[in-house]
Formats: sequence, structure tokens, C-alpha cells
Amino acid sequence: MINVSEVLETNQMIDQEHLDVRTITMGISLLDCSTESVLQTCQNIYDKILRYASSLVRTGEAISQEYGIPIVNKRISITPVAIVGASCCKTTHDFVKIARTLDRAAHDVGVNFIGGYSATVQKGMTRADELLIRSIPEAMKRTELVCSSVNVGSTKTGINMDAVRLMGDVIKETALATKESDSLGCAKLVVFCNAPDDNPFMAGAFHGVSEAEAIINVGVSGPGVVKHVLENLPEGTNFEVLCETIKKTAFKITRVGQLVAQEASRRLGVPFGIIDLSLAPTPAIGDSVADILQAIGLERTGAPGTTAALALLNDQVKKGGVMASSYVGGLSGAFIPVSEDQGMIDAVNAGALTIEKLEAMTCVCSVGLDMIAIPGDTPATTIAGIIADEAAIGMVNQKTTAVRVIPVIGKGVGEVVEFGGLLGYAPIMPVNRFACDVFVNRGGRIPAPIHSFKN
Amino acid sequence: MNRTVITVVGKDTIGIIAAVCTYLAENNVNILDITQTTLRDYFTMMMIVDINNCNVPFSELRDGLAAVGQSKGLEIKCQKEEIFNQMHRI
Repeated sequence: MINVSEVLETNQMIDQEHLDVRTITMGISLLDCSTESVLQTCQNIYDKILRYASSLVRTGEAISQEYGIPIVNKRISITPVAIVGASCCKTTHDFVKIARTLDRAAHDVGVNFIGGYSATVQKGMTRADELLIRSIPEAMKRTELVCSSVNVGSTKTGINMDAVRLMGDVIKETALATKESDSLGCAKLVVFCNAPDDNPFMAGAFHGVSEAEAIINVGVSGPGVVKHVLENLPEGTNFEVLCETIKKTAFKITRVGQLVAQEASRRLGVPFGIIDLSLAPTPAIGDSVADILQAIGLERTGAPGTTAALALLNDQVKKGGVMASSYVGGLSGAFIPVSEDQGMIDAVNAGALTIEKLEAMTCVCSVGLDMIAIPGDTPATTIAGIIADEAAIGMVNQKTTAVRVIPVIGKGVGEVVEFGGLLGYAPIMPVNRFACDVFVNRGGRIPAPIHSFKN
Repeated sequence: MNRTVITVVGKDTIGIIAAVCTYLAENNVNILDITQTTLRDYFTMMMIVDINNCNVPFSELRDGLAAVGQSKGLEIKCQKEEIFNQMHRI
């Protein structure tokens, strides 16, 4: 039988170390909503989302109360809209109508984000894909809860450089379209390489075409818990003990996610998909991945040794989490967003962390250059170059990488931008000023990499 | 059987167990096990109860216990046992 110290340990994790379930995300297929009329398609989409997700928030809250574990977000991911709207959307405005329908549905069911205003164009763009991508700035301006993502590369197909170049412009236009709110639209837009079909985390969540009709995916969290156990280790503890400790902690955190996922799945009558094992920080003090890296032994995140420490952390989280859950998927690893992690912000302010070091860190963590504010006058071609670099890392290393940068219109290096809530705030970071125009303007695709002769 | 763990943490005073048990009896909750320690005037109690025949919904029981705790300066939590089994047992 369970004993007092175990009960108190769990409750301490929840009360003092920010243990929570970060998100229950319901994936809903909208493939059967397509018609040749925009109005009818919008109606079908709205009806289907309400049919499946109307009790999602209530169920999440009931589970949260009964087990005493906070469930921070309830969200929805949907089939990439470029596919759903392909047969009816003839202009960018048609796609924006779908975006507004999604926003209305999300508000009405009470979720805090809906993801899937997306296109997967790693090999080529259909006419609908391109229309959707070009509609993103307007869609981000006209909606509040809709998140957008575009997959521009994969290990199997290479990198679609036409899409990369286009995304450079789209990010700049989105920043301009939402400049009154410090270019917040870009915080809801992510560019992927090797995007997973079952990611529950925003802004990159979408319900891939290989998924079932509806599914429950859960993202766990708990950087604060890992940091706390590491801080309590005796000074100079070796790597063996360090790694074992992280693994055991990740196991415990993930078990809570597994319980919540199974319970949500049972109560909603929707199959359980996956647990995403990510360590997702928040701006709350102590709930930081950067703080874990410091607890491992770095003066600041960004110091030499950071990439190795992150690699170790990421791997142990996976090893502990995999055994704790029956199905693991999504992004699964440590997130290193800048604006959402107080330790990262401090490291940037102290001059310890640069975009170049963050890029190196993305080679060993779960996502990529995430929530980084850059000067508003950064050229679109430079943003495209940053995307191409990240996509190349993902393509060659067979992992998911992503770029979510925010060129903050009207602001420059040293200024601070405030997004609010879970999105946090960020100091604007300098970007390499040398041009890559000729490179990103070549057009066409970068071929898929060879899968042998690995070095 | 619907096993739930009640934890009571706070400064030791007279009548804590009586207050909690009375509230549980009023709501038809059966106590299966009680473990209790006092560390430097700090009272910690864990109860395992069966709420199968409880005559109020879970949320009401939880809020009611929290209110009992508040009146005595204690923190009382009420959680389904499964979360602890999941986390601490393979």
C-alpha cells in the first residue's frame, strides 16, 4: 500500500515544483468536412469540432480536481487546413474564413488554442498549400486562438527551398500584420522539418492524415521537479547517479501523464494516442529547463558544456518516460524556448546565450529555435536562411526541428517584448547581419540526404 | 471500492482527527486506514477512504474537507489513490 512519504512527495512536486500536465490535446480529423463550398465546409468544421470537443474542457477540469493535478491547457489539433480547404478555397480570403471558423469553434468549446492551420509542403506545394501559406498573415491577424505551422523539409524528401523562402516573407508579413501587439502573430506560427503527426504542443500541433478520426494526446511537463531533485544531490555526484536520478524522475512525471491520458480517453470515449515526454518550461520561477542545465553544473546556459548537458538531459528524460507510458510520440524531449523560460531569458541578458549557441543546442533537443525575438528590421531572406539551417539539422539528423522567431516590428536589439501568459517575455537577440540572399533565392529543393556513410 | 487518499498537514491542535472523521461520517465515507505522525508540532495524517457510498459528489467532498481544514488552520487534500499508485508503483 502507498505510504505517507510517497503521498507527500507527489504533493510536494505538484505544490512546490510546478508538476503539471501541460496539455490534453484532442486531435480531430476534418477530412470528411471538405465540400466545394466554403460556407458549407466552414459549417461542417464548426459542427464536427463542437460534436467531439464540447466536453473536453469540463472533463479535463474534473480529472484535475479528482487527482489533484493541474491540467494547464486543453487544446484541439485538426487535419492540416490546406488539405481540408483544397477543394473549396480559391483565394487566400477563403482560407481566412476557415481560420475564423476555427477561432469561433475554439472559443465556443473553451479551449485555449486550436492548431492545424497548416500545410505540409516538404516536397512541393499544391495550389491550395501556397494559398494557405500566403493567407497566414491575415489569418493570424484576424484570429486569436488559431495556431499555424508549415512543414518545409524531411529526412526522406529533403528541403523545399521555395517554401523556405516563402516562409521568410510570411513571417515578416505576419509580424507586420500584428505589429500593434508586438508581432504576436509570429508566436503562433512555426516552421518545421520532420513535423510529427501527433504533437500535442502548440503552436505546431496538427492532426496528421495518418491519424484516426479523433484521438487524445497528452503533453506532460515538470522541469521544476527535475531541477529540485538535481539540486538535492550531493555536490560532485557523478554522471551515473545524475542520469539515474533524471531517469527515475522522468518516469514519475510521465506516469501522471499516462494516468490523465487514459482517464481522459475513457471519459470522452476517444482513443488514447500518445504521451509527449517533453520537459516544457513556463515563465514561472523554478519551472525552467535552463535552471536544470545550471543544476547539472553550468554557470549559465550557453556556457561551454551546454550542448552536452542538454543531450544528456534529453536522453534520460526519454529513457525514463518511455517505460512509463504505453505509447510515446509527439516531440518528446526538452523544449528550449527563450521567452517561456526565465533561466533562458537571464542567460540571454547576461550575454551567455546567442542564437548560434541555441542552434547548436537544437541538434540534441526536441525542437528548435523557439520563441526567439529578433529585430523587426531583420530581412525576410535572413529569416529564410535561419529556417534553412534548422531544417538542415533536422533533415540530416533524422529529428524534428523547428523555427518560431518573432521579428518585432519597431524594436531592436536590447529592447524587451512582452507576450503575456505562457508565452512570456523576451529580450530581442542580435542576428548575424551578413546576407544569404543569393543562397535562399536559388529556388527549387535541396535533395534528401544519403542514409549511409554516417559521419 | 473507490479508494481516495486524504492528506492533512498543519500545526497540531486538539480535535483534528475528530473533525475530519465526523465530516467523513456525515457524508457516508468509510475510513479504511489511517497513518499519522507528528514532527516538531507539525501534524501529518494520511487516510485511505472508500467513497463508493459517499452521498455528495467528489468536488463537494473535496471542498468540504478543505473548509474543515481551513477552520483549524490545516491543509486538507483529497485525491483519488490511483495517482500515487501510478507514480510510485511499477
